[in-house]
Amino acid sequence: MENVTTAEHVAHAEHAHDEHELSFLRAYVFSVDHKVIGIQYAITAMLFLLFGFSLMMLMRWQLAYPGAPIPIIGNFLGQANAPGGIMLPEFYNQLGAMHGTIMVFMGVVPLAVGGFGNYVLPLQIGAPDMAFPRLNMASYWAFFGGGVVMFASFFVPGGAANSGWTSYAPLSIIALEGQTWWLIGMIFLITSSLLGSINFIVTALQLRAPGLSFMRLPFFVWAQLVTAFLLLLAFPPLEAAGVLQLMDRVADTSFFMPSGLVTTEGPLEISGGGNPLLWQHLFWFLAHPEVYVLILPAMGIVAEILANNTRKPLWGYRVLVASVIFLGFMSFIVWAHHMFLTGMGTAMSAFFQTTTMIISVPSVVILSAFFITLYGGSIRYNVPMLFALAFLPMFGIGGLTGLPLGLSAPDIHLHDTYYVIGHFHYVVAPGTIFALFAGLYYWYPKATGRVMNETLGKIHFWGSFIAINCVFAPMFITGLVGVNRRLYDGGMQYAHAQEVMEWNAFMSYGAWALGLFQIFFIVNFFWSIRNGKKVGDNPWGATTIEWQAPSPPPHGNFTTPPEAHRGPYEYSVPGASNDFSMQGQATGAEPEPAKV
Amino acid sequence: MQEFLGLPLQASAHAAEIDRIIVIVHWLMAVLFVGWAAFFVYTLIRFRASANPKADYAGVKSHTSSYLEVGVAAVEAVILLFFAIPAWTVRVNAFPPEEGATVVHVIAKQFEWHSVYPGPDGVFGHRDASLITPTNAVGLDRDDPAGADDVHTINQLNLPVDEPVIVYLSSLDVIHSFAIPQMRVKQDAIPGMEIPVWWVPTVAGDFEVNCSQLCGLGHYRMRGFVSIMNRADFDGFLAEEGARIADAAAD
Repeated sequence: MENVTTAEHVAHAEHAHDEHELSFLRAYVFSVDHKVIGIQYAITAMLFLLFGFSLMMLMRWQLAYPGAPIPIIGNFLGQANAPGGIMLPEFYNQLGAMHGTIMVFMGVVPLAVGGFGNYVLPLQIGAPDMAFPRLNMASYWAFFGGGVVMFASFFVPGGAANSGWTSYAPLSIIALEGQTWWLIGMIFLITSSLLGSINFIVTALQLRAPGLSFMRLPFFVWAQLVTAFLLLLAFPPLEAAGVLQLMDRVADTSFFMPSGLVTTEGPLEISGGGNPLLWQHLFWFLAHPEVYVLILPAMGIVAEILANNTRKPLWGYRVLVASVIFLGFMSFIVWAHHMFLTGMGTAMSAFFQTTTMIISVPSVVILSAFFITLYGGSIRYNVPMLFALAFLPMFGIGGLTGLPLGLSAPDIHLHDTYYVIGHFHYVVAPGTIFALFAGLYYWYPKATGRVMNETLGKIHFWGSFIAINCVFAPMFITGLVGVNRRLYDGGMQYAHAQEVMEWNAFMSYGAWALGLFQIFFIVNFFWSIRNGKKVGDNPWGATTIEWQAPSPPPHGNFTTPPEAHRGPYEYSVPGASNDFSMQGQATGAEPEPAKV
Repeated sequence: MQEFLGLPLQASAHAAEIDRIIVIVHWLMAVLFVGWAAFFVYTLIRFRASANPKADYAGVKSHTSSYLEVGVAAVEAVILLFFAIPAWTVRVNAFPPEEGATVVHVIAKQFEWHSVYPGPDGVFGHRDASLITPTNAVGLDRDDPAGADDVHTINQLNLPVDEPVIVYLSSLDVIHSFAIPQMRVKQDAIPGMEIPVWWVPTVAGDFEVNCSQLCGLGHYRMRGFVSIMNRADFDGFLAEEGARIADAAAD
């Protein structure tokens, strides 16, 4: 039945596609085509990544040279933010809060899910489009609206939100107007994710090509499917919490405000009776699964590229699928390990420490399977592979440094120090963002028909790899000494921090170098659209169904409706004429499925 | 490993226990990372396309990795059951009796740490938000007989060495976090809650309280001082402050 439905859908879609010419506006701006929407998501998200990264480069100036005027750029930041080019603490806190918000909610997730998910997932499952194309367009425009609100918040009186990306109450509720804009922006962004996630789930379940059973799905599709469930189930509590915080700010409710608060301006005129910890529970109930929303699509991308460039099947496919589903479930019951120091008793802390240790096991299994995939391969070192390979040890460092933080007793020393910053940045920056770069280089020829320049790509890779480690590795040193995060002067006030203060400038040099090496990527990305080497539909000799479509795929994606005949990673099959047996090609005997 | 990690001076009785867990976990991390890295580098060189032009379809057939993963889970279980959970239980449950301890109320506000000692009567007086004025920052009720002798200090916490301390932590405005890194003490101060935290300082000298939770534009400079002194000096400090309060009341 499923097969019939898909075939009919394709036939219907093709009929519709040939019917009329779309205007420019409908074809490229308000498009319902998953590929256009995917590219819109990816470009918008990359611009926000660049913007969020720039905020961090400004912060790194203040951390390296506290109180010194920022050269040149300082003159353009405005008297309210940086009089005489010297950054004020209020502005530093805005930069910190908005760096986190932008990178997570407007950069990495929209690129990993909105960009790669939208562009690649329907192609990989042999579908002509997403299940609900208009919903898909609505999802992008809700994201865009959220981005505009967040960006505009820098220009309201008092500037953007400055209570951290976590927006802990009561600080966020007594904050200036920027916080209201932040909350409205978040409501847009969450709505966008919810619209997207239901679309991904239905698409992955309903629009698979004939023969593409669940155990033949590329790992990338599994990762996106689990991610979509996380978004769908974890974001509604934060959306509700965001509305409650908005009410606390604009309608004088007290969901998160206890009685008897007195600030420097005197007693607060509120009804009170609320609880600040309620916000933290609701926030982390989303924000911990969010960590897996950041990492799972990255793992999916890495899996595709590892199999392709080792020229052998992904090792332990079934175990990988089981692990990623298990990770998804577990990610809902670890959230309070962010809250060990809020006065938690033994029972609660024992529960959340145990679940946190349990969730580390599937992560170890996935990473081990990726390492073992390399064994026996015939490894090609192209640019996508370099980024995918670098992901492995970098995510390893990020994951391992999560262990001491997941235990409540060591957390007494490490909580809110730079150790935490080092930990999650290793997961997200040289982890997830490197995987996203790998994916950009890998699927670029599918979207454009041309490959990006190898030399520029290698300079981008090696430069970024060295620089990014210079930024984040020293954070473990300063964190173990006990230097706190979110300090405007980087810890200059504190005696115990003095011995490691020189690392602040070192990390800043790393950050600026990292910025410089991104220029190679930006130039390569735009230059290659017209000048990259032209390649065929399957330049990497890959197996999965998206490589069967023309590059770039036309509206409706495939010239003939694809069918799956074998598993996703049938590379170097003994006796086969090629070292890759494409999932959609019926020719030749069907090889035995990979042993797992 | 302790020195390699660069952990600060251990200035409390339980610091060594916290550090032991940090060290054990870092050994586990180091073994895993070095193991992975060695395997990684070997495969990258041994199986490069020029050295191994034809990939092996089956790849690794052994189940060694499964045993290793079970091993990791087992080590984590041991750390949890025998180190992490017991250590936490002692911190949050095994409070010393208040009679034998120095009890202090620490009240955080933007961007100061206020300490209140019960005074000679050993009883804390009433405090009320409505009494807060620029000169009475935490709202002490001096008309309450129990509160008349309460000692109040700003950004200075004095404690006797080698005796248990119990701090009742609260906040007047936003969330702060009370941290003394050398004593492996850190606890959020949350408005609307009073959270107890205890430890035994073992090294006399001057230390700093760090605010560890973003609390506004002055967060970075919300620093307090902790002086750990011998019993006689501590009693002297309380007596001196007591005399000052009596003088003020007489005026």
